[in-house]
Amino acid sequence: MMQTADVFGADSVIFDLEDSVHINEKASARNLIKDYLLGHPVLPSKVILRVNAPDTADYSFDLQLLDTLKIDGIMLPKASEKSTKALAEMLKRKEESLGRQFDIIPIIELASSFLELKNIASVKGVTGLLLGGEDFCSDMEIKRTREGKELWFPRAELAIVSRALGIDAIDTPFADVNDDEGLTQDALMASSLGMTAKAAIHPRQIPLIHAVFSPSNDQILWAKNVLDAEKKASKNGLGVFSLDGKMIDQPIIKRARTIMQKAQRYEVGVPENEE
Amino acid sequence: MKNSLNREIPDGLKPFQSSSDFRHQERRLIPEKSPVDQSLFYPSLEAAFLAMDIKPGMTLSFHHHLRSGDQVINQVGELISKYDIKGLTLAPSSIFPEYRLSDLIIRQNITQIVTSYLNGPVADTIAKGHLAGELIMQTHGGRARAIESGELAIDVAFLACPVVDKSGNGSGAYGKSACGTLGYACSDWRYAKKVILVSDTLVDKLDSYQLDHSHVDGVVMVDSIGDPAGIVAGTTKITRDPIGLKIAEDTATLLTELGVIRNGFSMQTGAGGTSLAVADAVKKVMLKNQVKGKFASGGITGYYVDMLNQGLFEHLYDVQCFDLEAVESYHKNKNHIGISASEYGNPFENKSAVDRLDFVILGATEIDLDFNVNVTTDAFGKIIGGSGGHADTAHGAKITIITSTLTKARIPIIREKVRTITTPGSDVDILVTERGIAINPLRTDLLEKLSHSRLKIMTIRELLDLTYAIAGKPKEIPSGKKRIGYLEYRDGSVIDSLYDSPLY
Repeated sequence: MMQTADVFGADSVIFDLEDSVHINEKASARNLIKDYLLGHPVLPSKVILRVNAPDTADYSFDLQLLDTLKIDGIMLPKASEKSTKALAEMLKRKEESLGRQFDIIPIIELASSFLELKNIASVKGVTGLLLGGEDFCSDMEIKRTREGKELWFPRAELAIVSRALGIDAIDTPFADVNDDEGLTQDALMASSLGMTAKAAIHPRQIPLIHAVFSPSNDQILWAKNVLDAEKKASKNGLGVFSLDGKMIDQPIIKRARTIMQKAQRYEVGVPENEE
Repeated sequence: MKNSLNREIPDGLKPFQSSSDFRHQERRLIPEKSPVDQSLFYPSLEAAFLAMDIKPGMTLSFHHHLRSGDQVINQVGELISKYDIKGLTLAPSSIFPEYRLSDLIIRQNITQIVTSYLNGPVADTIAKGHLAGELIMQTHGGRARAIESGELAIDVAFLACPVVDKSGNGSGAYGKSACGTLGYACSDWRYAKKVILVSDTLVDKLDSYQLDHSHVDGVVMVDSIGDPAGIVAGTTKITRDPIGLKIAEDTATLLTELGVIRNGFSMQTGAGGTSLAVADAVKKVMLKNQVKGKFASGGITGYYVDMLNQGLFEHLYDVQCFDLEAVESYHKNKNHIGISASEYGNPFENKSAVDRLDFVILGATEIDLDFNVNVTTDAFGKIIGGSGGHADTAHGAKITIITSTLTKARIPIIREKVRTITTPGSDVDILVTERGIAINPLRTDLLEKLSHSRLKIMTIRELLDLTYAIAGKPKEIPSGKKRIGYLEYRDGSVIDSLYDSPLY
């Protein structure tokens, strides 16, 4: 599976050393990841390492994998303001010695993390927040459901904070890999609340997640037409103009720009107008 | 002598020119077998065998609808051995690992084999150089053409037939060894000098049948013609392998972008897990866009039966049933139509099924930089299959797509040159792999349509270089020295030669 990690079109791939690795297999897992990162000629576009919690003995060993220079970011479980700042300090030293920067993606999965959310998200180097739905529900002693109503508030708060600070709001994975409809509904719910990405736990979930979070051809075409019309209007000194009978003002132009930026980011081609 | 693909072929044989060269040729038809007044019922297979007066040099044919479960070819083989008849040509439409023919080859009872597909012990025996004469490999459509033209003259056809009636009519639709359509047997039945039906189910009268008694010289009832477990597979499942699913999804996206999944379209895929995943992905597009197809063809599985029953296709054109659902559907659904191998893929057939295909999804053991495909030999020169309908559908379909992982057991499937050319690259349009899609540069129309695709379109050379970066460049394994046979293209020209395997 590791050898084909690059093929499924994920925007980044998370290599997990935490919950999916038995405590007796941590060292073997690190060796496996190290060999893969140093030996495989084709790696995912972005490599993220989910390390063990800072209060475990494995944490510092996990971070030694940064020396491979193949890791783009660290995903920090059960993040708090203190642990995120400590990681940022440590990474700063690494960045100085290795000459490259690392992303920090704290996992927000404890009720206490929400009390510190803004501070966690503001730590230098944090490029996104991941909602850990299962652990959050466990901490809250509430049931995780297919519909996900229990995650409305944490999703919305995480999305608002992330948006305000200009970082990614990454939604929790959907656990049932055979429930395509459930995944799509879950992703749509997250997207509607402002989440900008979603973690997958199986390759087959990736296209379904992309279908929700990537701009569609129709959206891109609309955005392109708006921006083309804006150029013409600007030449004529118009701040507000109409396109296909609808008034176009600054908020709509901003939305069109965001769509085009996303299209560029997700390497989505710009479709041609149908004649 | 070399053919147009620069392949060395035996002197005196017709070299392959191009896949459309048959259009400049006349269809040749020998007279059909004269009608027989009455089919004789023989008390045993041995009695029928002796009555056929089989002599050295004769050609005996079989079909492979009973696949791994076939006992008829083995029972006839035992009689050949018992009466020690030498120098026979055997012309089964395919050869499975369970067919016990190796000793007959080694003892030179069988000295020439003409078939469309083989693997297992018989293939290995031939690859070791034990066949005194040559192995001639044809396509399914090419076999029908060779029989009707008299190039493959059959003296006696022993045709396993799951049910016969007292007049000598035969069908595969039911009976304890039901296999569905008998499409591969039709040419043998029509043109063989003598036809013997071998069955284990007798009824008074069949209302419908594929093999009319008028061409049946004899009927033999035996205890069993086949092991049902080997005749049809259980329900064939869609792959759950994420790589296979990605390839399938990308293929469906590609077909959508090409605009071929539209009302009235026709398609064919194989019966393997990834092929069915492509069919499943296409089905989702059809349901989403409310598309109804004209037909699906080829070897039919329960998956296609479900699509027919859901109204997604008007018809299934079935040359071979792969599972019990397909057998049942063929028996009961009038829109599930059995066709002969000739109607399926004979290049000279007017409006054959393959010529009406909008697209076909095929596999490959190797594909080279010119898009030539090998499904006949593996990297070590072992015979592991054959064209079957590969070259037929690749030529007929408007778009031919190969789906494959970049490596199989760490061996790259893209090669500078394939070891054996089964299907010429001029008929292969697209290669879909897990890491990218290559379009044959000859298909500028497809390249143009996909110029704004979201899919990862690469050249086949780029895909090869990527494969080398991942798996390394494999050491070349030279061909064997001794020629053991050759591959006939659909029109009877020789597309490549077969050599003994350096493994042995």
